[in-house]
Amino acid sequence: MEVVVQNLRIAFPSPSGPLEAVRGVSFTLGQEKLAIVGESGSGKSLTARAIMRLLPRAAMLSADALRFDGIDVLNADENAMRRIRGGRAGLVMQDPKYSLNPVMTAGAQIAEAWRAHRGGTRRQAREAAVDLLAQVQIRDPGAVADRYPHQLSGGMGQRVMIAMMLAPDPELLIADEPTSALDATVQAEILRLIEDLVQRRGMGLILISHDLPLVSHFCDRVLVMYAGRVVEECRAGELARAQHPYTRGLLECLPILSEKRRRLAVLRRDPSWAAA
Amino acid sequence: MTAVSEDTSVRRAPPSGRARRGFRLFGAGLGGLGGVIATLFGLILVTFLIGRAMPIDPVIAIVGDHAPPDVIAHVRDQLGLDKPLYVQFAIYVRDLLSGDLGRSVMTSQPVTADIGRYFPATLELATVAIIIAVVLGIPLGVVAAAREGSRFDHAVRVLSLAGQSIPVFVLGLLALLIFYVKLGIAPGTGQVDVAYEGMVPDVTGMLVVDSALAGNWDVFQDALWHLAMPSLILAYFSLSIIARMTRAFMLDALAGEFIVTARAKGLSGMRILWRHGFGNIAVPLITIVALAYAGLLEGAVLTETVFSWPGIGLYLTVSLLNADMNAVLGATLVIGCVYVGLNLLADLAYRLLDPRVK
Repeated sequence: MEVVVQNLRIAFPSPSGPLEAVRGVSFTLGQEKLAIVGESGSGKSLTARAIMRLLPRAAMLSADALRFDGIDVLNADENAMRRIRGGRAGLVMQDPKYSLNPVMTAGAQIAEAWRAHRGGTRRQAREAAVDLLAQVQIRDPGAVADRYPHQLSGGMGQRVMIAMMLAPDPELLIADEPTSALDATVQAEILRLIEDLVQRRGMGLILISHDLPLVSHFCDRVLVMYAGRVVEECRAGELARAQHPYTRGLLECLPILSEKRRRLAVLRRDPSWAAA
Repeated sequence: MTAVSEDTSVRRAPPSGRARRGFRLFGAGLGGLGGVIATLFGLILVTFLIGRAMPIDPVIAIVGDHAPPDVIAHVRDQLGLDKPLYVQFAIYVRDLLSGDLGRSVMTSQPVTADIGRYFPATLELATVAIIIAVVLGIPLGVVAAAREGSRFDHAVRVLSLAGQSIPVFVLGLLALLIFYVKLGIAPGTGQVDVAYEGMVPDVTGMLVVDSALAGNWDVFQDALWHLAMPSLILAYFSLSIIARMTRAFMLDALAGEFIVTARAKGLSGMRILWRHGFGNIAVPLITIVALAYAGLLEGAVLTETVFSWPGIGLYLTVSLLNADMNAVLGATLVIGCVYVGLNLLADLAYRLLDPRVK
């Protein structure tokens, strides 16, 4: 599996003409863990979702190349896209409170994803759902399968979401701030779970996050986005030695517990960062 | 003190999920019932007072304008109209509780018997209308929401706005004028052609059902044909409410994050729309449909008058014009009960079907 993105542009219509939210992003991704970091509105989520062509209806998508394992995502028909979505690439979103269907049980939602790509009977799908819940380390998977999302905690909801996206054995997992809505202790558990599953199944991962220290030790590579463009790309371990003033600014405004308290640095923006 | 310790020592085992649901439903039913009783009492009180405050003398309505004074006095005494208002009300409620709504002056039948005869025709009309409205209105609303901003969406919006703004009697009269008088393709007013009247035995009071039961297909066809125009006009009115609300609910549901999840799972557009989108609005829609149905049973007053449909609405109108107060009170009460009852049912359905309601 290889994802190729070349000069990706996503624009939205506005009264004063098209507004470009993503402006010429390029990267390739193999079987590795790629982090996309950047502030809100920098285009991280749109970039990642474009790979599955899961954009809002009004979005205008263009690129020199946008390929998922050789499939041209820009021109693929809806059926081909549906085989990628869920089947070969999964998407875990921020808050399971909103991303799970409130009137379907957890088990039914997982079983639905399983059946959509593998067929089989209801009973088989249900058994698969319980098995998947066990794989995401839920203790009483049979009981949890019968619960509705409002009866689940945030961490459990996110495990259900992950189980659902793993149902058809995808090759790529896009995790869009998967831990932002969770408690700190649960965050660590969910990340460990994702790491473990990615490792064991040999999947590619795109992790979208605000958390620079986290991605620097969790991922292999980091893209730093600003105003719809990639301003810096580096190996995750080398993030601390990043060159771009925006990345430096982000790193410098992090408080460090072990150091003496001093006034935190403020990010000073330079209009040239946003310019092409 | 002892009460407290007793309470903790004899704590019951927590009920199972199903039993808890049962309790919840029962509790909700009880709570709802209290409200229903209060509502109905208010309804009776207000209708009764309006009936008594109206500047018509029920005695004159019975004995006529030129009756001698002693006859008038005698009848007034018989009806209990010389007693204070609160005593009259108490007597009315007492009779009501024993199922006695008094006698209609116009038909000289007990009001309950009259209602039993007229109500089924209304039920027939309203039921056919609501079925048409649901079967057409919900898909219209769902598809309009799925294609928000399209021509189809605009058409549905205009259609439903018109349906809610144009009074049913205007539509009814126009339809009669065009399709019956001018074009002659629709049958006239009433439940069935005069030639067929009284030809099938009265079982349910709904002529379409009765003629089918009797196997008299000529009457069946004619009754169905007569039912078409008034039920379509009533259906249009409810359809516009149902389509509008369905569209609004659907737009809300389709904007949900779980729709993105459903798309990310690779589901088909139809499945996303109906299973995930509509699945989330089905329960609130029950309330809308129930209210629309109740509105039809009540709103049939105008349609029935225009189409001379022998239902409760026509009965109410004619009784009112004849100052037949027992009949007016009785018919009003029945319509009120239907309204309240449907509301209660919708509420119970909500609690039973929506997993989020605690």
